[in-house]
Amino acid sequence: MSTDISSSTRAHKESWLPILDLAVEEVFEIMLGCRVKPVTPSEHPVHGEFTAMVGLAGSLCGVLTVRCDAETARQVAKSMLGDTADAEQQVADALGEICNMIAGNFKNKLAGTDERCLLSVPTVISGGEYRFRSMADGDVVDTVLLFEGAPIAVCLQLQG
Amino acid sequence: MDKVRALIIDDSSVMRKIVERSLRQAGMELEKVVEASNGAEALVALQDNVVDLILCDINMPVMDGLEFVRQVATVKNAKGVPIVMITTEGSESHVVAALSAGARGYIRKPFTPDQVKEHVLSLLGRKP
Repeated sequence: MSTDISSSTRAHKESWLPILDLAVEEVFEIMLGCRVKPVTPSEHPVHGEFTAMVGLAGSLCGVLTVRCDAETARQVAKSMLGDTADAEQQVADALGEICNMIAGNFKNKLAGTDERCLLSVPTVISGGEYRFRSMADGDVVDTVLLFEGAPIAVCLQLQG
Repeated sequence: MDKVRALIIDDSSVMRKIVERSLRQAGMELEKVVEASNGAEALVALQDNVVDLILCDINMPVMDGLEFVRQVATVKNAKGVPIVMITTEGSESHVVAALSAGARGYIRKPFTPDQVKEHVLSLLGRKP
């Protein structure tokens, strides 16, 4: 799937949400061998004990986050690495890479954006007692997908 | 098939393991795997290690993959060693920059083991 945008175009949730969903689905299917499916966010609250984030700069400016509970993050790491993935560092590393690949895959699908948008290296926060506030005050495209029955929230917050 | 000595450069230890696993899934017997978490570490590692193949991420702290490819050309142990970039950066400008700097292949993340096999075996002059 590819969508044309101009540099001045703002994200529209209706048009970019399917692209974000597809970007997430592809990353999980190719790298983890698992199918994930979008669900209604209000019916699947996400406890964000692990939050991975990647910054975007250029024609798309903002931050993409991937959020899930600790057990789900461990399952993601195990799906990527096998049963050896248990240490918190490996779990965080795995979730950071997933976030990185989703951000890259998403921008690759927006024709005309990829050339002019750069990604930061991922950052991962663990622990639930924090508030996340992005200075990106523009459009928000967010989705929740089920991975082995557990919800994972993916959110793209764009600078206005 | 001869055993291969590989240098895998990625700031994510998880991705380094996945790349190594993909090489094994491609049917490659690995004699040695050297890991580095950025380009600068990789340049140091190449002082003491001879390898047959280098797989390198682009977005890394300290020294990114493109700068590594530029600088590695002067390292004796890396002369003629094929470099394959494995990265989320999919733009044509990144591909052109990597190939111009001396990389011989380019794989976009997410990738399948078959894609690794296709790129790497041909560079090593082997049949899939």
